[in-house]
Amino acid sequence: MYNFFTGLSAWMIPAIIVFIPLYAALRRKVPVYETFVEGAKDGFGTAINIIPHLVGMMVAISMFRASGALELMLSAVRPLFDWMGIPSEVLPLGILRPLTGAGSLAFTTDLIQTYGPDSMIGRIASTIQGSTDTTLYVLTVYFGAIGIRRSRYALKVGLFSDIVGFFAAIFICLYIFG
Amino acid sequence: MVNWIWLFFIVASVVVAAVNGKMDTVTQAAFEGAKSGVTVSFGLISIMVFWLGMMRIAEDAGLLQKLARMLGPIVRMLFPDVPRNHPAIGYIMSNLSANLFGLGNAATPMGIKAMQELQKLNPDKETATPAMCTLLALNTSSITIIPTTLIAIRMNYGSANPAEIIGTTLAATFIATSAAILADRWYRRKSPPSANTKPAISKPGIKPPGAGGETVV
Repeated sequence: MYNFFTGLSAWMIPAIIVFIPLYAALRRKVPVYETFVEGAKDGFGTAINIIPHLVGMMVAISMFRASGALELMLSAVRPLFDWMGIPSEVLPLGILRPLTGAGSLAFTTDLIQTYGPDSMIGRIASTIQGSTDTTLYVLTVYFGAIGIRRSRYALKVGLFSDIVGFFAAIFICLYIFG
Repeated sequence: MVNWIWLFFIVASVVVAAVNGKMDTVTQAAFEGAKSGVTVSFGLISIMVFWLGMMRIAEDAGLLQKLARMLGPIVRMLFPDVPRNHPAIGYIMSNLSANLFGLGNAATPMGIKAMQELQKLNPDKETATPAMCTLLALNTSSITIIPTTLIAIRMNYGSANPAEIIGTTLAATFIATSAAILADRWYRRKSPPSANTKPAISKPGIKPPGAGGETVV
């Protein structure tokens, strides 16, 4: 099953990048190379537009972690987790996951290394990491690229689904592997 | 809300650092963060350039329109205010499919391209439209069928069954995405039909019920 899936994703991208130009050239007579270059031009500017947004966000998150403010916030919520019977080792992940993709992946890897991939903590951490995306990053990049300044309720929706996903991951794991 | 979160992070960091005597660390962290912001953006350049080139071919060949037609009903339900044959639909579809198959680095360029197309429909270029919020909600909760990175890490640390988390991840991601869609719908209904709603939709003279604050242009 796993081999099938890894095999599938290994083939997926080559299949796409062969199929698109081949179909375009043979069926629609599209000048594929010129069209590629024409479309690709937009990529550079878009990526550059994102820089200020991403720098702003990453500065704040990096400071928040380094100052110990994150740790302080965690220690405030920890008793609640103990009371609910949730291993509090995974708690930082709930806060890191929406903020930083690289940070939460590093934290997950650390948990897997410390407690083992087949421990309850390892399984919960893997499930949390895999089931949602980095909300703040997605918002910064997507809205930053097109110059949206007022994001309205988008962040609330993103964070709400992160919280739901976080607890869903924990309780599903406790139920399935418990 | 972003403004307040950002401000909170910075102020809280400096206050806590002052108490802990970690001022040097925080200053350093600020510039480390700035650096990684630029590094990540530069990393995006190659990916963006490549996929946007590919997608232009797909667009010119009519492949995006095909994809949009195939999965149209679902998208029309989620994005009722985007016109049927608008190019945005095709890009939204490619973005969602890329997420679904775990092609993370293809999903971002297509998502941004979809946002750019949605921006063309937006009368107020600095305020997000409901359609943009929905697309964002789908991306932040990102339905993924195979969490490839996690499986690789689990293998690396000698898991007896690295893929056993596929089921739990799928269930959790499904719940998170459903929550995102429901919350998005709720806010969509609750929020006043602002300048973002196309003028053609609101009948002249009739004030939509529940429209507060913002005026309908």
